[in-house]
Amino acid sequence: MQTQPHSRLRRLSLGALLLMLAGVSHAIDPTPPLADAALQARYEAITHELRCMQCQNQSIADSQVGLAADLRREVRTLLVEGKSDADIRDHMVARYGDFILFRPRMNARTAWLWLAPFVLLAIGAVVAVRVLRKRAQLVDADAQVIDRFDGTDDT
Amino acid sequence: MNRFLLPLGLFALLVVLLAVGLRRAPEKGVIESPLIGKPAPQFTLPDLFDGTRRVQSGDFAGRWHLFNVWGTWCAECRAEHETLLAIQKGGVVPVVGLNWKDDDAQALAWLAQLGNPYAAVAADRDGRVAVDWGVYGAPESFLIAPDGRVVRKQVGALTREIWERDFLPLVTRAAPGG
Repeated sequence: MQTQPHSRLRRLSLGALLLMLAGVSHAIDPTPPLADAALQARYEAITHELRCMQCQNQSIADSQVGLAADLRREVRTLLVEGKSDADIRDHMVARYGDFILFRPRMNARTAWLWLAPFVLLAIGAVVAVRVLRKRAQLVDADAQVIDRFDGTDDT
Repeated sequence: MNRFLLPLGLFALLVVLLAVGLRRAPEKGVIESPLIGKPAPQFTLPDLFDGTRRVQSGDFAGRWHLFNVWGTWCAECRAEHETLLAIQKGGVVPVVGLNWKDDDAQALAWLAQLGNPYAAVAADRDGRVAVDWGVYGAPESFLIAPDGRVVRKQVGALTREIWERDFLPLVTRAAPGG
């Protein structure tokens, strides 16, 4: 019975904490959700993919900066106009450059970025195969020496 | 000796790569504008000085001009102001202002107090035109050629040195003597 007030207090404080967090997550984007749930889902996906240019490690969905709000409004307007996700990305890149996309697109300048892991993997594979082959040869050579010793010992 | 040559070479290559990366790191602060070489975005906005009139991108078509994005909330714009006044005094190119997400009364008070370097100021109260120009931090300045293309962009305060080194030669080279 003594623990009950404590647990109630704990539950209350947890509830208060959750309420506070809910307040925070709403405060970033104060605009009401779009009427169409599918559009709202796309809106959330796109705004998480676009970089806030003023606070470069946040997406425009996560940033409270004024410019992020302007860009969210731009995305909203384009969505309502019936633009596709690719259109909206192109629209943003035409104004802010590739840097606004968190996932860089494949082009002449970013090709190395995409291909580098595969190139490194290939180099690693070549090195590994060569090392393994060399070791196998060493084992063979050792075996030959042992065989020779065995042979001379026997005779 | 030979077996160390390849790893050593690779290590040297890595050192060079990282050294170049570190050297260039400060440039990452400035993001290259995709507008360079492209036609400047069109706009029609209220005139800061007279709300019944409009400032249009076409108003300065056919001549060199500097498009400058500023706001009274922007500390660096205050530092830049003197350079803009000098450019206006120089008389080579008119400066067109975009007052970005600002309060009209405060903007007018600022110009009255510090002097007005602008041939015209467009009031972009909700920031839509700034988005079209890819503006992400005031002050930003764009040099526009007579054919309407964006030739050069400066993010951050324009200084006399930057103006004389990176901007002015582009104008004078294209039209000798003025």
